[in-house]
Parts: sequence; C-alpha cells; structure tokens
Amino acid sequence: MERVNPSARRDAYGSRINRVHSPVRAYSIPTLSVMAASILPFFFVSGGVAIIPPLGFLMLLGWRLVRPGLLPVWAGFPLGLFDDLFSGQPFGSAIFLWSAAVIAIEITETQLPRRSFAQDWTIFGLIILAYIFSAALLSGSDVSLLIILALGPQALLSVLLFPIIARMVARLDRIRLKRVRRVH
Amino acid sequence: MLGAVLLGLSLWSPSNWQGPRGLASEAVAPVAEAGATARTGGQGFFGSIAGYFRAGSQNAELKEEVELARIRLQEAKAVEQENQRLKVLLGLAEQEVGPVAVARLVGSTASSTRRFAYLGAGKNDGVAIGMPVRGPRGVVGRVLETSANISRVLLLTDSQSVLPVRLADEDVVAFAEGRGDGRLQIRLINLGINPLEPGDVMVTSGAGGYYRPGIAVAILTEITDDGGIARIISDPAATDYVSVEPIWQPEAVAGAQQPVDQVLAE
Repeated sequence: MERVNPSARRDAYGSRINRVHSPVRAYSIPTLSVMAASILPFFFVSGGVAIIPPLGFLMLLGWRLVRPGLLPVWAGFPLGLFDDLFSGQPFGSAIFLWSAAVIAIEITETQLPRRSFAQDWTIFGLIILAYIFSAALLSGSDVSLLIILALGPQALLSVLLFPIIARMVARLDRIRLKRVRRVH
Repeated sequence: MLGAVLLGLSLWSPSNWQGPRGLASEAVAPVAEAGATARTGGQGFFGSIAGYFRAGSQNAELKEEVELARIRLQEAKAVEQENQRLKVLLGLAEQEVGPVAVARLVGSTASSTRRFAYLGAGKNDGVAIGMPVRGPRGVVGRVLETSANISRVLLLTDSQSVLPVRLADEDVVAFAEGRGDGRLQIRLINLGINPLEPGDVMVTSGAGGYYRPGIAVAILTEITDDGGIARIISDPAATDYVSVEPIWQPEAVAGAQQPVDQVLAE
C-alpha cells in the first residue's frame, strides 16, 4: 500500500508514534546554551586586547533571530545577570544592554513585514557593533580612539560569526524538539 | 530599567558585587584549571613542532633560555644599581622574599574591554588584595579581588592600571599606564630631553610600595614627546605558572591610603 504522507510516521524530530517532545529539553536548551556561551570566553587568557566575541550575547541574538518568540522579551535580564558574573564588565552592564538589544529586535520586527537570512544578519551585525561599542563605554575604562580601534578585530569576528551561530542554534533546536518522551 | 540602575550602582562602587562574582568564578575554577593545563600543554606541543621544523626541539628551548637570560641581565643591572643607591643612602641590605603562592592563570575576561585575569589561588593560599603577581619574565599585574580559591588580577595592560617604573640601567623614573590596546604608555615624571631609546627595558621602581624594585616590566618600542610606548615583557597568555608576592612595603601602601586630614588630626 502506498503511503499518503511520507512523514506520517517519522519526521526530522524523530518517530511520531508513541513519542512526544520533552518539555524539559524544550525549555532548558535555549537558556543553558546561552549560559554556556557566556562562560566560554572566561577560559581564554588574553593579555592585550579583547579578542573573543561576546559569545553569550551572540547566542542570545541567535536564538532570538532564528527562533523568534521562543525567548521572552525579559530574557535579557536573567541571562545578562549570569553573563555579568563572568564577563569582567561592571555588574548590570549586560543586564541593561541585553535587555535593550532584545527590545530593539522586537521593535524592528514589528516594522519589517518580511524576514530573510540577509536581513537577520544585518540586524545582528548592527546590534553587535552597537553592543561592543556601548560595552566599551560602560566598562569603566578610559575610552580613547585607541581602545575603539583595538575593538576592531573582535567586532569583525563577531559579525562574521552569524552564519555559524545560526547553524548551531538550528542544530540545538532540532535536539530541543526531538521526540524522546514515551507516551505509554 | 533595573539593569541601568544596577549598572549605575556598580560603576559607583565596583566592589559591591565581589561576593556573587567570586562565587561564580569559584564554580568554574576546576574546569578552568583543566583548561589552563591543556593550554600550556598545547603551547608546549606547538612549540616542539615549531622547534622540529626549525632545527630540532632544542632550538626553541635554547631561544627561550637566551631570552630569559637577557631579561635577567637587565634585571641584574637594575638590582646592582639599586643596591649601590641603597648602600649610599641608608646602608640597608635588601632581603629576598619568597612568594606567597604559585598558581596558574586560569582564565581572563577575554571578551571585555577591561583586562582582568583569574588566578587559581585565593584567600586559602594566603593571597590578599594588592599583592603583586609576576611570571618568570616579569610583572603580570596586581591582585584586585580575592575569594576562597580564585582571585582576580588587574593586568598591566588594563587602561586603569598605573605602575611606577624606571629605566633598568639609569635613574629615569616614569609611570607605565595601560593603553587598552595591549601596549603600555610610558610617561616620564621629569619632562625635558627625552632620554629613552627604543629597546630600553623598564623595571619596577618600588615607588608606591606594592612592587619590589627591579622586576622587568616592558621594552620600549616607540618614543613620544613625554615618554614612549612599550610592549610588556610578561604576556599573560604565554605564561605558565605565576607567583604571587607579598606587598613590598605594606606601611607605605597603608600610608598612601590614609587621608591627609586624618594624619594631621592625630
């Protein structure tokens, strides 16, 4: 007998028979991945200039742009708080800037009717540049032209990371929505 | 909004958040320690490969040894001169002091404009705020915050770091300030004819009381009107173990922190 719908029994997220999504996975993976990405730059020792992109923030933006509506608008507050513990910025800097960034994306998306990869990348790039610049201003160091110039490599690296971050988020999203729980 | 308020608070008094931050870094310290081991292991590994491709792995080792010897030579000159001066002025003998703790740099704020490093030793090892941290080559920074097993170090390259230095073989005193781009700005205290030349080694002068005099700090690369621009000798990313030393002259540090009117009132 010919099957009517080839994905009736099985799709990208696993078997559809006797399996459902795990709510624990579905809700914890975005938060945990952003937190893990916040800790990651801690392990690199850099003596001269900031070179590692703010990975936690990139991950947050990645989730927000690839999966809109998944993280709530207030997500910047708790996640930023966690990032502040490790980033070396004055406490509150990430709370403020991350919240502002998520609200900014929310506003742009109500203005733009379409979405595309290029558009997401542009928004991501602009927000990252604004973030790195304002984080430097808020860091408590004497901001000179030199410091802004020294941020160049980090900013460039961060902007170029979007395709990789988007891929990682998509892959994590598949793990997130895998049907692993047995119904009976 | 809450974020803005918190940010304002922490810019106003940065030490408020020492507790939670210390706790958080304590939590990741074991992983960071493993990471540090892997990093130094990795550096050694790549070092051997590089050495093999050049002329056997000995070459790389010898080069490092010569480099260290050169720095030591400059330091020795500085110590010799220091001794002469002390003998003439006070007739005091310099005492050699052992380090408080020897540990690895386990992490740093690699994504922030501020340059802090995290050290795998804390209050339990006797590390206290203000103690100088040095690597095998020279000064790395100064302890800023401590918690039980990990402490935060202000690196020389941070734009808020100022260190009193002098020329290794002459009596030219200056301040070494972090520029924020990985190099140091050397500002001479006595302005006039600039006696500095590229290649000169700056060592700690001992002023301020935190650092012992005669530890290598930086090599001058460019000359400016009021001093020069220097590269640090002990790059934290390339150091394996660092040692925490006791504050050189605790009385001088305590005296500098006491307000003038309080001294007068006594």
